[in-house]
Amino acid sequence: MSDLTDFTLAEARDAVAGKKISAKELTQGFVTAMEGARALNIFVTETPDIALKMAEASDARIAAGTARPLEGLPLGIKDLYCTKGVRTTAGSKILENYVPQYESTVSQNLWDNGAVMLGKLNLDEFAMGSSNETSAYGPCISPWRAKDSKTALVPGGSSGGSSAAVAARLCLGATATDTGGSIRTPAAVTGTVGIKPTYGRCSRWGIVAFASSLDQAGPIAKTVRDTAILLKAMASIDDKDSTSVDLPVPDYEAGIEGGVKGLRIGIPKEYRVEGTDPEIAAVWEKGAEWLKAQGAEIVEVSLPHTKYALPTYYIVAPAECSSNLARYDGVRFGHRAADPKDLIDLYERSRAEGFGAEVRRRILIGTYVLSAGYYDAYYLRAQKLRTLIKRDFEEAYKKCDMLLTPATPSPAFAIGEKIADPVTMYLYDVFTVTVNLAGLPALVVPAGLNTAGLPLGLQLIGKAFDEATLFRAGRALEIAADLKAKPQNWWSQ
Amino acid sequence: MSVDKETVRRIARLARLKLEEERVEPMMEELNGILAWVEQLKEVDVEGIPPMTSVVEQRLKMRDDVVTETDHADALMVNAPGGEDHFFVVPKVVE
Amino acid sequence: MAIQSEERINGARKSKLIQGSTGAWEVVIGLEVHCQVLSKAKLFSGASTEFGADPNSQVSFVDAAMPGMLPVINKFCVEQAVRTGLGLKAEINLTSVFDRKNYFYADLPAGYQISQFKNPIVGEGEVLVDLPGGEVARVGIERLHLEQDAGKSIHDQSPDSSFVDLNRAGIALMEIVSRPDMRSSEEAAAYLKKLRAIVRYLGTCDGNMEEGSMRADVNVSVRKPGDPLNTRCEIKNMNSMRFIVQAIEYEARRQIDVLESGGRIKQETLLFDTKLGETRPMRSKEEAHDYRYFPDPDLLPLSFEQAWVDEIAASLPELPDAKKDRFTAMGLSTYDALVLVAEKETADYFEVMLAEGVDAKAAANWLNNEYFGRLNKAGLALSEGPVSAHANSEIVKMVGENIISSKGAKDVLDILWAEGGAPRSIVESRGLKQVTDTSAIEKAVDAVIAANPDKVEAAKAKPTLAGWFVGQVMKATGGKANPATVNALVKARLGIAEEG
Repeated sequence: MSDLTDFTLAEARDAVAGKKISAKELTQGFVTAMEGARALNIFVTETPDIALKMAEASDARIAAGTARPLEGLPLGIKDLYCTKGVRTTAGSKILENYVPQYESTVSQNLWDNGAVMLGKLNLDEFAMGSSNETSAYGPCISPWRAKDSKTALVPGGSSGGSSAAVAARLCLGATATDTGGSIRTPAAVTGTVGIKPTYGRCSRWGIVAFASSLDQAGPIAKTVRDTAILLKAMASIDDKDSTSVDLPVPDYEAGIEGGVKGLRIGIPKEYRVEGTDPEIAAVWEKGAEWLKAQGAEIVEVSLPHTKYALPTYYIVAPAECSSNLARYDGVRFGHRAADPKDLIDLYERSRAEGFGAEVRRRILIGTYVLSAGYYDAYYLRAQKLRTLIKRDFEEAYKKCDMLLTPATPSPAFAIGEKIADPVTMYLYDVFTVTVNLAGLPALVVPAGLNTAGLPLGLQLIGKAFDEATLFRAGRALEIAADLKAKPQNWWSQ
Repeated sequence: MSVDKETVRRIARLARLKLEEERVEPMMEELNGILAWVEQLKEVDVEGIPPMTSVVEQRLKMRDDVVTETDHADALMVNAPGGEDHFFVVPKVVE
Repeated sequence: MAIQSEERINGARKSKLIQGSTGAWEVVIGLEVHCQVLSKAKLFSGASTEFGADPNSQVSFVDAAMPGMLPVINKFCVEQAVRTGLGLKAEINLTSVFDRKNYFYADLPAGYQISQFKNPIVGEGEVLVDLPGGEVARVGIERLHLEQDAGKSIHDQSPDSSFVDLNRAGIALMEIVSRPDMRSSEEAAAYLKKLRAIVRYLGTCDGNMEEGSMRADVNVSVRKPGDPLNTRCEIKNMNSMRFIVQAIEYEARRQIDVLESGGRIKQETLLFDTKLGETRPMRSKEEAHDYRYFPDPDLLPLSFEQAWVDEIAASLPELPDAKKDRFTAMGLSTYDALVLVAEKETADYFEVMLAEGVDAKAAANWLNNEYFGRLNKAGLALSEGPVSAHANSEIVKMVGENIISSKGAKDVLDILWAEGGAPRSIVESRGLKQVTDTSAIEKAVDAVIAANPDKVEAAKAKPTLAGWFVGQVMKATGGKANPATVNALVKARLGIAEEG
């Protein structure tokens, strides 16, 4: 059965559609793999019964000739997506027993395309983290280990369950979300492909909100093609989300082999950040050479406000989160403290007991920067910085079609290594966070392994709603990198 | 700018997060670490720069004035920690 | 405030001042009125707004602030805000912004209210308030903004719990904020009444204060005439004109007492206890306010074209002020016109009569002197009254056509009130037709003169006694004779010269 789980999503799609294997066989293979990989703590909730039932329905459709684009393909769903009738925790104790009575638009789109749900994937609590260590359900462990080491590494965050599940071949693809790098960081450190689409491309309806103006859903998968297939299915125009755009969704897969000939690739000089791992700097250079070799033009560009992106983010995101998370108050759903003496006590203890340390910290920072007398100095200033950061990109795009940058400053680190100091952890998102502030799309593609055998990723940043070109360039990188490595299975029980 | 212990208590209260007295000082230090770091934004001249209101250039969508929802009272109570007769129940509030 | 000639002390109208032990005080009042938009669905969800439904039966997952739920604005509500803004002669902002007002409360599910803080949809306007004695006060409108209503907590069902019903949560409100331009409880009530009339004319709010679709927060402060504004207190959630008047009077007196005994006014939020007739601080608002407003990132700025505003403007109905002017131009007194335009129903009723071709002045007199008096006496609203506008038109017309006398008109109304029916057939069947046939009246006059020779002599000496003969003739003809004809004939027969 291990062969089945090695399929790419595109291969599995063709095998199922061509009736070489049944959806049920395929799904059973992934269910077995999922159940055997509990040591990695990837799934918060496994839904094998739902998966097999959906697979049976898929087989019936295939037999009836009414198969849909993702018919019978098993996926993992980040536990930030509300799934009707299936517990959705957001990685938080406060939602430990929360069972949504509605389905998020994006997951519904996947089911409408025939996909199969294997379960709900681990994540940082409310998607706040870069390593999956803030999850109330324990850290998720990367299937990757450094050569000759048994040290548990982080799978990145916040979509650590999504990246780990794909890297460990527990699903064909996974949904994820990205507020400051939460799709791209995990993809980069697990040798998987992830795209954060343009803000507004995927509906946010039914996805637990962290920072509304930055949150965006996207897929993580094994290949650029798989990622393109999934994004096409996930994206839609949604009347239930005021920020979802009224643009038709292109067929991203169709143009994927178009190559990079004639494309101008910008190298932002401000991304040569001190402290970046030299092997990452080297793979960045190599990436530029690969693209150049395939006919792209490499140009140096400047994004002068890059260094302010992280501090800007750490004002805007906590401010929005402090307000978005006010609804977790123990009144209508979620954790409620025992024997509250009055309403305020109910609020204060339910929230203090239900939220973890990082979430509490961000709520407090956010509350502070919005509070009377500080709004202008922090929040308003940060929103002005956002305008400047967006203008940087607009200027750069006068000279190039997309940007090539590193995805993370270092490969995966060990669990526990950075968790003690918040700011050190925040700095890990230095290359990803600008994109969210400007609302742009960015794709992370594995580009090589370091000397310890750990994956390194590169990031391509595109123009708004130009995901198609990103996929094309990402595919070119993927071909050039020709990475065959995958984590060895040390976790199966 | 940095916060003192009193400010930490005040914002914890505003955020309705119980903060045990022994946690006030460590939290103050953590918050001040973050605030010191974001302080670098002060270097930038933002005079005349409009704050970002939305990253998407789109007109706000509007819905028609049509009732599309049915009675969800049962569904709302599924997750309610103190639901009773289709009401959410909280400790007595004095207005 | 433009007030016609009135005695003033340091700019303050003397008649409005309240006497304290240290002299006269001026009370300064501003109102924040919440008008529920007459929409079928809520401001940001597709849940129904119908009043009186079972608990939590009209609550979408958006209204309950379930995780991941997002607001989408109801276009009709936006249109009603624009309409109302136009009715208040206010500036319409083509771009406005929704902000979150953050605070925790049991009936505020998201922990924030979506409102408009810095950039409201409607800016400055004004309302003309008609006061007794013909005064007109101008009350400035500072702004109108759209916001969500909160849910409702029920506190009296259990000794230790409150029950939360979110049916109201998310219903669209227009908050209309006035300038502190009112100087007495009567003015505040008159302003609210006028505002209510305007939104009801516009059809943007039903103005039903009992059901809470119109509520006011009343800001009250007092000062010595000519002094700058003093600290104010806000009396929350008033939904009766009578209580607003009581609350303002109580609160003004309380503040005067505090100040005169050397105290200071603390800015606070108050509730009016209708049983005790007193204001008291609101417990739930005792904590310092820090609402941490910021633009709602789930919504983009609200923008629309001037052309849309123009379209709405073109569809506005005639509003009370314009209607009043039109009625006075028809010859009505200002007083009569004001009575007729004060309530939309009354104006509509009168308009039906005008459309049937009645004489405006006669109809106004008839309604104000006869019909409305009866309704008042019976404690009935116009809509509950037994006589239709058409029937009243017929009565007024028959008087004008000399078919019935004014006494006959009252008789017809009595019959209609008690038994119903059609006025013209009542006149026929009950023989209420006025006698205009001179020979018949002559006969009656002659009979009365013949029967009262002594009175004839007396009347010749004292012409004012002619009235007695008129009365006798009217009595003899059962009130059906035309009084003018009777009067002329009596005088002719008695040989008394017509005056003038």
